Amino acid sequence: MTMQGERPILEARGLTRRFGGLIAVDNFSFSVSEGAIHGLIGPNGAGKTTTFNVISGFYAPSAGRVFFRGLDISGRKTSALAAMGLVRTFQGSTLFQEFSVLDNIRVGRHLGARAGFLSRLLGTDRQSEREADERARETLAFFGLEELADEPVSNLPHGHQRMLGMAVALAAEPKVLLLDEPFTGMNPEETRCMMALVRRIREGGVTVMLVEHDMQAVMNLCDTITVMNFGALLVEGAPEAVRNDPAVIEAYLGSAAADGAGHVA
Amino acid sequence: MPETAGAMPAAGTGGAIRQLAWRLRLVFLFAALAALPYLLSYSQQEIAVLLVINVLLVSSYRLLTLTGEWSLGHVVIMGVGAYASALLAKQLGVPVPLSMLLGGGAAAAVAAILSFPLFRMKGFYFLIGSFAAGEIIRLIWKRFTDPFGGPKGLKRIDPFPDIETGFLSIDFYEPVNYYFLALVVVSASLFILYRIERSRIGLTFHAIHWQDRLAESVGVDTFRYRTLAFVIASFFAGIAGALYAHYVGAVNPTRFSVDQMVYVLVWAVVGGTATFHGPILGVVVLTVVNEIVLRALGLDTVRPLIYGAILILSVLYLPNGLESLGTRLRARLQHWRGGPDATGSEPA
Ligand SMILES: Nc1ncnc2c1ncn2[C@@H]1O[C@H](COP(=O)(O)OP(=O)(O)OP(=O)(O)O)[C@@H](O)[C@H]1O
Ligand SMILES: [Mg+2]
Repeated sequence: MTMQGERPILEARGLTRRFGGLIAVDNFSFSVSEGAIHGLIGPNGAGKTTTFNVISGFYAPSAGRVFFRGLDISGRKTSALAAMGLVRTFQGSTLFQEFSVLDNIRVGRHLGARAGFLSRLLGTDRQSEREADERARETLAFFGLEELADEPVSNLPHGHQRMLGMAVALAAEPKVLLLDEPFTGMNPEETRCMMALVRRIREGGVTVMLVEHDMQAVMNLCDTITVMNFGALLVEGAPEAVRNDPAVIEAYLGSAAADGAGHVA
Repeated sequence: MPETAGAMPAAGTGGAIRQLAWRLRLVFLFAALAALPYLLSYSQQEIAVLLVINVLLVSSYRLLTLTGEWSLGHVVIMGVGAYASALLAKQLGVPVPLSMLLGGGAAAAVAAILSFPLFRMKGFYFLIGSFAAGEIIRLIWKRFTDPFGGPKGLKRIDPFPDIETGFLSIDFYEPVNYYFLALVVVSASLFILYRIERSRIGLTFHAIHWQDRLAESVGVDTFRYRTLAFVIASFFAGIAGALYAHYVGAVNPTRFSVDQMVYVLVWAVVGGTATFHGPILGVVVLTVVNEIVLRALGLDTVRPLIYGAILILSVLYLPNGLESLGTRLRARLQHWRGGPDATGSEPA
C-alpha cells in the first residue's frame, strides 16, 4: 500500500463481486487520497464499471468492504451514498433524455433543494427552488452549457451530452466523484476541454476517481493510477511507473491481441 | 412527450395574457359544469355523478403512472376507500364527511403497506404483483362476511348527511345535489394532484420514470418516491371510492373487479397519459360515447367488445391519445391557413 501521508477518502478492501460463476471483481483493494485525481484503468471487461457499481451501491459486494471517509459503506443504498457525498456518472449517455438541459440539472440538485411535502403543495418552496435554479444555472455555466438550458437533451450532440452527465452529478455537490469513461467519443479538442474541467472540479475540493481508456488523458490527468485485470489488482502507482510496468503492457497487449483492436493506442 | 414538469411559468406580458386566458377558460368550464345537470334527465344526472367520480379515479391513476409503474389494483384500492368509509359510518357511527377522508386514508395506508412487496418489482412484474395484491384484498372481502358482508357486500350505507340550515336545505339523495358535492370534492382533489405534478415532486416522479438509475445516483430515494406516488394516488382513489359508496349506498367485491380496472386503463390510454387532462378527456369522451351512442343503438350490452376495439384503434392510430388530437388539428388548421409555424408546437 502506498503511503502518501494524506488520509484515504475512499477505500476498498478485498472487494469481490460475482455474477453466477463469473467473478467480475476479485479480491480487489485500492485507496483514493483526498483531493486526488485517481485513475482506474484496465482492458475491456476488467471489472471497472462493476467496481463503480459496487462502490456506488448499485450492486451489493459479494465479499469485502468499502470505506468512505473512514466509514464502512458496503451495501448501502445509492441515494444514501449520494447524500453522504459519493456520486457517480455512467458509461455512455445516461440522462433524462425527455427533459430540458436545465431540468436535468434541477433533478441533480435534488438533495440541495429540500422542502416538505406541504410546502411543495402550497408553493412555499419557491425560495429554495429559486436558489436551486440559480445554482443549476451556475453549474451549467461552469460547463459552458448555459446557452442550451432550455434545449431538450435529445437535441444535444454527443460531447455535450457527456458533459451534461458530469454536470448532473456535480449538481449533487459530491465530495467524491466517480467518472466512468468521461472522454469516450469526444474529439481531442473536447477531451482537452473536459480535462481542464476535471482539474477545476478537483480544485473546487472534489476528489475524482475516473475510469478511462484514453491513455494520454489518464496519464496527463491522474496523480495515481490503479490498474485492474480480470477483476483483480494488477499495479498501483504514479503514471510514469504504471506506463512502463511490464505487467501492464502485457495485460493490454494480451487483450489487444485477443480483441483484434486494443484501446491503448 | 411529458409536460415540462415543474417548469416555472413564463414571465412577461405573454405569460400574463396566457395566464388570464387560462383562468377565463377555467371560469367558463366551471360555468358549463354548473349548468350541465339542468340539461340532463334524471338518469343522465346519475351518470354524471359517476362520471365525476371516475374523473378522480383515472386522474389519480395517472399520478401513479408518472413514475412509470402501471398497476392493476387501482380499482381495488378505490374499493378499500369505499369499504372503509362505509364501515366507519355504518358500524362506528363516524360522520360521513369524516369517514370519506378516513376512507382515503385507509386506501393510502394499504398502499403504503403494499409498496414493500410491490416495489421490489418493476414493469410487467409490478403489473402482475398489483393484480395479485388486488385479488387478495377482494378475497378478504368475500371471505369475511363480518364485517365486509361477503360476496353480497355492504348495503344500506349511510348517505351523505343533508344540510339543513334556516334558509338552506340540501338533500344529497338528489343526484343534482350529489353531483355538486362530487364536483367540489373532485375539483379540490384535481387541484392538489395538479400542484403535486407541477412541483419538484412531479419532476422527480418523471425523472424516476425515464432514468431511475440516474435519479438514484444523485440522491433520489426511488423506492420512497415510488411509494409516495402510490400512496397519494391511492388516497384519491379511496376518496373516489368513498364518494361512490355513499352515493350508490351499496358496495360489493364484484364492483371492484379487474373488469372495472380495464375500463380505467382504456380511459387513460385512449385519453393519453402524457398530459394531466388526457385521461380526463378519455373518461369523459368514452362515457358520452357509451351512454349516448351505444345506448341509443342498443349496443351497451357489448360494451367490453366495443371498448376493446376502441383501445386497439386508439393505440394504432392515436398512440398519444385523444389529447394529441387537439394538437394535431391545430397544426393541420395552421397548415391550411398557411401559417408560419405549420409544425405546430403545443402552447403550454
Ligand atoms: N450485471 C451483470 N451480470 C452479469 N455479468 C456482468 C454484469 N455486469 C458486468 N458483468 C460482467 O463482468 C465483467 C466485467 O464487466 P465491467 O463492465 O465491469 O468491465 P469494464 O472494465 O467496465 O469494461 P469496459 O472497459 O468494456 O467498460 C464482464 O465480463 C461483464 O460481462
Ligand atoms: Mg465499463
